[in-house]
Amino acid sequence: MNNPLKVLKNGLLDENPTFVQVIGMCPTLAVTTSAINAVGMGLSVTAVLTCSNLFISLIRKFIPDEIRIPSFIVVIATFVTIVQLVLKAFIPSLDAALGLFIPLIVVNCLILARAEAYASKNDPVSSIFDGIGMGLGFTCALTCIGIVREILGSGAIFGVTILPEMFPRTITMILPPGAFFTLAFLMIAVNKIRASRAKA
Amino acid sequence: MNLLVILITAVFINNYVMSQFLGICPFLGVSKKVETAAGMGVAVIFVMALASAASWLVFNFILVPLKLDYLYNIAFILIIASLVQFVEMFIKKSSPSLYQALGVFLPLITTNCAVLGVAVSNMQKGYNFIEAVVNGVGGAVGFALAIILFAGIRERIARNKILPAVQGFPLALISAGLMSIAFLGFSGLSL
Repeated sequence: MNNPLKVLKNGLLDENPTFVQVIGMCPTLAVTTSAINAVGMGLSVTAVLTCSNLFISLIRKFIPDEIRIPSFIVVIATFVTIVQLVLKAFIPSLDAALGLFIPLIVVNCLILARAEAYASKNDPVSSIFDGIGMGLGFTCALTCIGIVREILGSGAIFGVTILPEMFPRTITMILPPGAFFTLAFLMIAVNKIRASRAKA
Repeated sequence: MNLLVILITAVFINNYVMSQFLGICPFLGVSKKVETAAGMGVAVIFVMALASAASWLVFNFILVPLKLDYLYNIAFILIIASLVQFVEMFIKKSSPSLYQALGVFLPLITTNCAVLGVAVSNMQKGYNFIEAVVNGVGGAVGFALAIILFAGIRERIARNKILPAVQGFPLALISAGLMSIAFLGFSGLSL
């Protein structure tokens, strides 16, 4: 078994799905108009990823190699449907805000990538930690983007207004272009930090 | 008239890439050259038209009568995956030259979320069969338009001297953001 702390840190920092691996881009850009949507999306993905990692790791020895991708997709789609029904029942406002992007978690390449690259080769406990780490890494990245866009676009953070009325709101930031720009500038910042670390 | 509105809305106003953020992975991944972008675009148009038709038929004639409509997500992804496989085999047999041209792009389309996205949104909007297919084709044409334009821009700026931290993905994202602003102009169209 791999060291759980190392596996967690791997997902959160070293191989952060958004800033380092650049996968799972569609929800990253689409649902980060506010911090709370970003957290909701991130946690939904974390839940699906952890469950699918565990389940795929448990059955990894029974899946024939040739049909592993379709099998993974069915497992993932099942957990996505569960999460969708749970959200509809208990947090309908979040379900309405995320809309189409909840069923689309199925084709989030992050989840299939972890199934293929990690869960199908490692024991169940490490796979759970990998799912949590990667999921939280994804959640953190989404929340960063969401916070930046929400402050600049609607002058609020988690729905609480913090900027005074006189401060101009940049509507572009909560429209689609703002998503591309915010992610671009956060990535530049991450690249800068990594480059200066590599030098030191 | 209604069909024309759906088509124009799908291609320009609700462009899948630029305003809905569907299909961003292939949009960023295979847009380094205009030729490959065009290949991807054509393959997506082909699969998305078939996928909207097939998913509509399965949803309305199998899932709804059996009261299994809450399983639509699992059903749609299986339809798309098998459809892509089938299309690949069919093209390989019937037109080897087209197969050569589309080649690697076909299997990639299974994970293009625009394809699943169009199937799910057709269902949520309650489109009839013709509307669903028109919406699918329109969305795919919009995707092709966006990816080909974007590849043209990336070819032009590929050799520019630029800060190392900005190279690669950040630069592509900034270009995509500027393109997205241009596409916002279409949202003023009232149909």
